[in-house]
Amino acid sequence: MQLFASGIAVGCLYALIALGFVLIIKATDILNFAHGEIIMISALICYFLMAKYHFSFLPAVIITVVIAAIMGVLTERLVLRPMLGEPIFAVVMITIGLSIFLRSLAGITFGHDNYVFPSPFPKEPISLAGVTLSMTQIWVMVSTAVLVVLFFIFFKYSRMGLAMRGTANNQETALLMGISTKRVFAMVWGIAFVTAAIAGISLANVMVVNIGLTFVSISAFPAVILGGLESIPGAIIGGLAIGVIENLAGGYLDQMIGGGVKDVTPFVVLFLILMFKPYGLFGKEEIERV
Amino acid sequence: MAVRSKTFRESYYEDIKLFQTVWIRAWILLFLVALVTLPLWGNPYMIYLMNLSCVAAVAALGLNLLTGFTGQISLGHAAFVAIGAYGTAILSSRFGLPFWICVPASGVMAAIVGFGVGIPCLRLKGLYLAMATMAFGVVVDFVVITWTKMTRGVRGINVARVEIFGYSLDSDHKIYYFLLILTVLAVLAMKNLIRTRVGRAFIAIRDRDIAAEIMGVDITSYKVMSFTISSFFAGIAGAMYSYTMGYIHPEHFTLLLSIQYLAMIIVGGLGTILGSIFGAVFIVLVPELIKSLSQLLTFLVPAMAGKYDEEWNIAAFGLLIMIFLIFEPAGLNGIWGRIKTSFKNWPYTY
Repeated sequence: MQLFASGIAVGCLYALIALGFVLIIKATDILNFAHGEIIMISALICYFLMAKYHFSFLPAVIITVVIAAIMGVLTERLVLRPMLGEPIFAVVMITIGLSIFLRSLAGITFGHDNYVFPSPFPKEPISLAGVTLSMTQIWVMVSTAVLVVLFFIFFKYSRMGLAMRGTANNQETALLMGISTKRVFAMVWGIAFVTAAIAGISLANVMVVNIGLTFVSISAFPAVILGGLESIPGAIIGGLAIGVIENLAGGYLDQMIGGGVKDVTPFVVLFLILMFKPYGLFGKEEIERV
Repeated sequence: MAVRSKTFRESYYEDIKLFQTVWIRAWILLFLVALVTLPLWGNPYMIYLMNLSCVAAVAALGLNLLTGFTGQISLGHAAFVAIGAYGTAILSSRFGLPFWICVPASGVMAAIVGFGVGIPCLRLKGLYLAMATMAFGVVVDFVVITWTKMTRGVRGINVARVEIFGYSLDSDHKIYYFLLILTVLAVLAMKNLIRTRVGRAFIAIRDRDIAAEIMGVDITSYKVMSFTISSFFAGIAGAMYSYTMGYIHPEHFTLLLSIQYLAMIIVGGLGTILGSIFGAVFIVLVPELIKSLSQLLTFLVPAMAGKYDEEWNIAAFGLLIMIFLIFEPAGLNGIWGRIKTSFKNWPYTY
């Protein structure tokens, strides 16, 4: 039960990260391999704002989110717009190039030290019906839930959200309906990077802040795949499921094989999903008869 | 002598010939002579860089077969290189086997694993394949670190030297010819493979898989074949790597190495053999370029002193991938081709 609960807490983080991936895939059909770098960079920015420049938590978060949004728009404009209409291989590779570029740039600017994030939440854990969770974990869950609801409302009721859904559905039709797809793409990248920033700050509260944070986002790939690449509810459920599976596997198998099982489990799961159900639980199947 | 026009061939045989003109044969001969005599006029550091380039070129050839010719993205190439490298290390230092067993055995080992991975990956395309191969890379890394009985985990493993008739190749100079011969063999093998029916089938699959199937190319078996051959090359490259280094460590074979190989084939030129070699040499030389650039910067701006570290190289790889994809998708090979044609057609522009 304890493993299950902490699995849910980790899963919320994965879900938050997966949400960022899915947003971009849904609107632009691009899997952004540089997502983890944005998570790491925003965690570091937030840390430095608080530790070096003595901002309090909320202003630091807001500044980080704004920076992330600007980075998202810039990335779309500088890196991905020239790639419109190129084969998928080129687009995948360019985000990979971007990711290692950003990672080493972060290494150069922020250094490789480990930082401990000055968490604003109280340290003592809370017990509820035999399950112990830290205050931070609860906050992560709450913020994920709030974000998901916000996104739901945004996509369902706002004009921009409607435009985004339209673009995701069919770019040409959206253009004909007078939607500026360029603006939509820029917006999508901005929003996705904002979710990355929030995920990064939440992660910073749970883990040590260093360059290695990017690895967490790679562990979120299985969540994206499990949920099906293009489904927002899928991303949430996939994230939660991977979190739980990872924790259970870590809890039960670690004694048998020796440490580290927790880190590979998501990848083994990923491999299995791709083998048996390549389009995930909620993904749209592309049927091609060859 | 008649003036030779650009691409005018009279028969199909002429089109698929290995070395198409007298001139190409002459240049290649000259180039080989330069390579063979390198230890006579080059400095030791140059030879060391050449050794690294040879290893990288063989691995890049393998990846280019899979990604450039067959069109399947792989983010797990480093894993196959790791299998080859560890295969050689374990066989040579634990069982004392000679190199002429170790090198092919490593290749075959990697090929068998590649065959095993290739079959499930057949159903996947594009993004999904990239993720599956990446996951495979992480799993192999984990196995190498955890299976300490065989691989000695994070402590790394020593590799016995190559011995030919009791003569040990224990320095960069001595192993240079060994690597050069293997590289030349690999290039020849790849060139020959591409001009056969199999090679053309690979290209057909890359260009349009459905059309290829309709034209009678059995996609399934050819994709598996491409995966297997590519891993075989990676395995050989791994063997060469461990013989060159004499010591290997799991840290050498991370996702970053896979990305480096991808950078090589993108910078060099996707789907070309010359491109893989260009790219491999170029990426090996990039750190040197940056080092000398940073020295120049230090000279101009004293405040820059001591700012150089490994991170700059990695940032440069990322930047190079992006720049080449946006501005020069044909890679160095494309630039080379343009220079060649402009010389050939001089004084006309085309």
